[in-house]
Amino acid sequence: MKNRKYLLPIAATGALALALTGCSSGGGGGEATNVDCAPFESYGKHEGKTVSVYSTIVDIEATNLEKAFAPFEQCTGATIKYEGSKEFETQIGVRAKAGNAPDIAIFPQPGLMADQAKAGNLKPAPKAVSDLVDKNWSADWKKYGTVDGVFYTAPMLANVKGYVWYAPKTFKDKGWAVPKTWDEMLTLSTKIAGEGTMKPWCAGFESGEATGWPGTDWVEDVVLRAQGPEVYDQWVSHQIPFNDPKIVDAMNKTGEILLNDKFVNGGFGDVRSILSTGFAQAGQPVLDGQCAMHHQANFQAANWPEGTVVAPDGDVWAFMTPPIDAGKGQAITGGGEMVGAYKDTPEVQAFQAYLASADFANNRVKLGGVISANKGLDPANAQTELDKQSIALLQDPKTVFRFDGSDLMPGAVGSNSFWKGIVAWINGTPAQQVADSVESSWPKG
Amino acid sequence: MTVMPAPDEAANQSGTGTRPAKGRPVSPEDSAPIMRRVKTKLTSRWATAAAVIIATIWTVPTFGLLVSSFRPAAKQVGPRSDGWWNFFTDWDFTFKNYVDVTAAAGSQSANLSQYFANSVAIVIPVTVFVLVLASMAAYIFAWGNFKGREAAFIFVFALQIIPLQMALIPLLSLFTQVLQIPPGSYAQLWIAHTMFGLPLGIFLLHNFISEIPGEVIEAAKVDGAGHTTIFWRIILPLSVPALASLAIFQFLWVWNDLLVALVFSGGTADVAPITQRLAEISGTRGSRDYLNPAAAFVSIIAPLAVFFGLQRYFVRGLLAGGLKG
Amino acid sequence: MEFLGGKFLQVFIALAVFAALIGLIMLIVDRAPKSVKDKVTIVGFLAPAAILMLVGLVYPAVQTSFLAFTNASGQPNGLDNFVWMFTQPEALVTLRNTVIWTILVPLLSTGFGLAYAVFIDKARGERALKALVFMPMAISFVGAGIIWKLVYDYRGPSIEQTGVINAVRVALGMDPKQFLLDAPENTIFLIIVMVWIQTGFAMVILSAAIKGVPMELVEAARLDGANPWQQFRNVTIPGIRGALVVVLTTITIATLKVFDIVRTMTAGNYETSVVANEMYTQAFRAGEPGRGAALALVLFLLVLPIVVYNARVLRQQREIR
Repeated sequence: MKNRKYLLPIAATGALALALTGCSSGGGGGEATNVDCAPFESYGKHEGKTVSVYSTIVDIEATNLEKAFAPFEQCTGATIKYEGSKEFETQIGVRAKAGNAPDIAIFPQPGLMADQAKAGNLKPAPKAVSDLVDKNWSADWKKYGTVDGVFYTAPMLANVKGYVWYAPKTFKDKGWAVPKTWDEMLTLSTKIAGEGTMKPWCAGFESGEATGWPGTDWVEDVVLRAQGPEVYDQWVSHQIPFNDPKIVDAMNKTGEILLNDKFVNGGFGDVRSILSTGFAQAGQPVLDGQCAMHHQANFQAANWPEGTVVAPDGDVWAFMTPPIDAGKGQAITGGGEMVGAYKDTPEVQAFQAYLASADFANNRVKLGGVISANKGLDPANAQTELDKQSIALLQDPKTVFRFDGSDLMPGAVGSNSFWKGIVAWINGTPAQQVADSVESSWPKG
Repeated sequence: MTVMPAPDEAANQSGTGTRPAKGRPVSPEDSAPIMRRVKTKLTSRWATAAAVIIATIWTVPTFGLLVSSFRPAAKQVGPRSDGWWNFFTDWDFTFKNYVDVTAAAGSQSANLSQYFANSVAIVIPVTVFVLVLASMAAYIFAWGNFKGREAAFIFVFALQIIPLQMALIPLLSLFTQVLQIPPGSYAQLWIAHTMFGLPLGIFLLHNFISEIPGEVIEAAKVDGAGHTTIFWRIILPLSVPALASLAIFQFLWVWNDLLVALVFSGGTADVAPITQRLAEISGTRGSRDYLNPAAAFVSIIAPLAVFFGLQRYFVRGLLAGGLKG
Repeated sequence: MEFLGGKFLQVFIALAVFAALIGLIMLIVDRAPKSVKDKVTIVGFLAPAAILMLVGLVYPAVQTSFLAFTNASGQPNGLDNFVWMFTQPEALVTLRNTVIWTILVPLLSTGFGLAYAVFIDKARGERALKALVFMPMAISFVGAGIIWKLVYDYRGPSIEQTGVINAVRVALGMDPKQFLLDAPENTIFLIIVMVWIQTGFAMVILSAAIKGVPMELVEAARLDGANPWQQFRNVTIPGIRGALVVVLTTITIATLKVFDIVRTMTAGNYETSVVANEMYTQAFRAGEPGRGAALALVLFLLVLPIVVYNARVLRQQREIR
């Protein structure tokens, strides 16, 4: 009886599996055949060794990442066992605590990495990696991988936030100019709102349990541009409280756009519709002439519908959120991944070194969709105009770069109360009250 | 069969003079003609209308998702999207979402079938384990005789409230550090799911098994049947409808689980279930979230097949008579 | 399809080992000397489940209890977590919502599930009709989240609506509504999602129970002149009382524990949070496992009345027998 009972589901699912695939074969992976192994000699030979890697990167991006790992595997003989999960942020702590950590974790948030380092889980980066980072990255980036004076994690890939996306054709047809300062941007917004054909801005902060994060990017951009990098650093490291008047001012300044029903939310409705609009779709009214501008990082490029041309004369293009105080120079915010190791075996350290090398940056960027702040990266490898521009910004020594502030703050703020604060703020709570409540959630001691 | 009465005799001995039950699951057709006639008289028009209304309200949202899964990306998301009901006027129909979900290159495997097979390989043993172990325990809680039985049962029942999330870290360290079960193996998932499924399984089955007429069991005992015989030859066959319900739900919970899989599966195509793959299908930053409706329907096929497959065990009259009012 | 072989060989071995273990237990129980047979039976039948539950649930629960009195870095901090819990601004709202959830969801799900099970009992196409209401249970949480987004979705008044209800509202000349943003009724709209899911559970269990009610009793009542409602009230309900208690209890506990719906649809914003969602957020998002554990203990306290009620029902059952 027991057998019969389970035969049906087995048969049904088996048949379905067959139908789904139309018969599958092994396949996949290792297409790299002719790799020049000379640059890999310094990493040594690790035949039969496995390095497990865990990160937030999934799907197509993960496939590309594995392709960029392939030359290392081929030349050193090591096997990279990659696992990506969108639940990385919650799972890495679980695994580390249970003593089942991966060999290497790729952290999207320095704050999370710092938690792991402080808990004594992460191994300090070997000297070879530290030297590579000194050579290939700016001091700022090295700082983000350093906890209590010990350097743990080398940066991997990067993204540039604060781009304002627009449709060049619309701007040309209407005779609008790309604004050079914040004030010009507000003037332009007023003008567009006055013309009445479309709203100047569209925005969407909905992102499941992370709803609100695109708003933190907005505020961070304004804090950095209005108050300068010093205040930004103090804010992020809690040397000034979250509800400092400077921060509340910055929020109110952001609110001039985001909380203005005349300015938002093209294609979706009023101010509050920002909260119910998914961040991945929020930019699309730009294409349809329902809104003029959309604030989002360079990775928005992947969110346009298939076939959209991203170029200065294409369907969409982006300008950097302009300076508020021109005297404070070009300052940008951005994010990136940090490679941390839970083991210090030779093969793990060799792989860490590879990820910090210019070879990896070039191999990965060549496949498209990402950029890196690695100075050894040849901008010619970038696949799109925008990537080239972003890389140039990151590599320009004059650029003041600051990491996404919410990613640097403790988890209780950066991955919780700040998001929730943004949501409450868009939903009508005054900035002061929101800042007070985020401040009160900052972990003591 | 010589030492114990066939269950149908036992049922007759219970003296309620009801329709004899059979020891084997009977198909509904067996229990048919009289009842079918009774039913036509009992079912009023209002009841039918109410049932139709409930069915409609419950189905329309899902139907919307089904329709969406056949619509091109631009119609589903973004400003050019419109309500799914517009499908019936614009007939913009595509299979592309399903092709992308099932065949497009994923991060760790070329296609979905590996993950589908993993889900099957995880869920079948777990369902068997939970059904057998929970019915054994439920039998003792219902018919065993020992001190503290009620307290023990209530304790097991209360275990249901323990949030899974809180149990994950201790369990993972136990599995990998103490028991040395290799991480990223089916074994970890089987054991973890079985542990989490037992309290509810025991609770559900206990209710059913404890309502089996005592006379049936007494009669078997008189004839010299031991606990094992009673359990396998009387309790289990009589509990088929309850076992079928539990099987359906246990299958479902494990099939749809993502949390346990994230912690114990290791995430590779060797072990990871379909939910883990589908959760990633929309890409690192959600740029392909229009694939989610199609993904949801690919995943629902197995639970629905099991539901239809096991329905024939929801049989009337197995426990004829003896139910306490 | 060569990978299937390896996978199903593992499954086969696991099932074989399991069958051997159970067979062994049965053998030992059967062969035990008469004097200790009952004891051996009890131990043999209970031990496998008991060991698994002790290891998988009791031990973690004990650990969690200790965790509730520690801070983020694992240092003991007395009652701080509990003080925090009751002094944070939204504490009362969260608690209030949890109570509303645990009252409405079990009652509504069981009510609809029972009604539906009765109405379609023995109806033509019963299996298909059941599948319609069962479907929400079978769909993944991700799927359910999208489904209800398609229902509650909002666009500005002048823009074409994408959500079903708002489309109807606009068609009737009303303004579209932000269903998930407007407190306090948004909690009700989230509860509807849970009811939609859990009704399938109630329906399946209760339908099985209804089929266990002897047809003869119903028939006898009918011959005595009872109308359908009286038959239902006086024969069916008493016949499935045990199952009703089980369903209500199970759904109540599931409701207390559920956080996926709140987490994916509102992330606990707009005054919709519940205790289980706070627990998850604190333990896994905010990196405060101590606070999460303290909230887990509160959940346990909330379930105590249900435990006590079930203990009483159990005793009554035993007395009748």
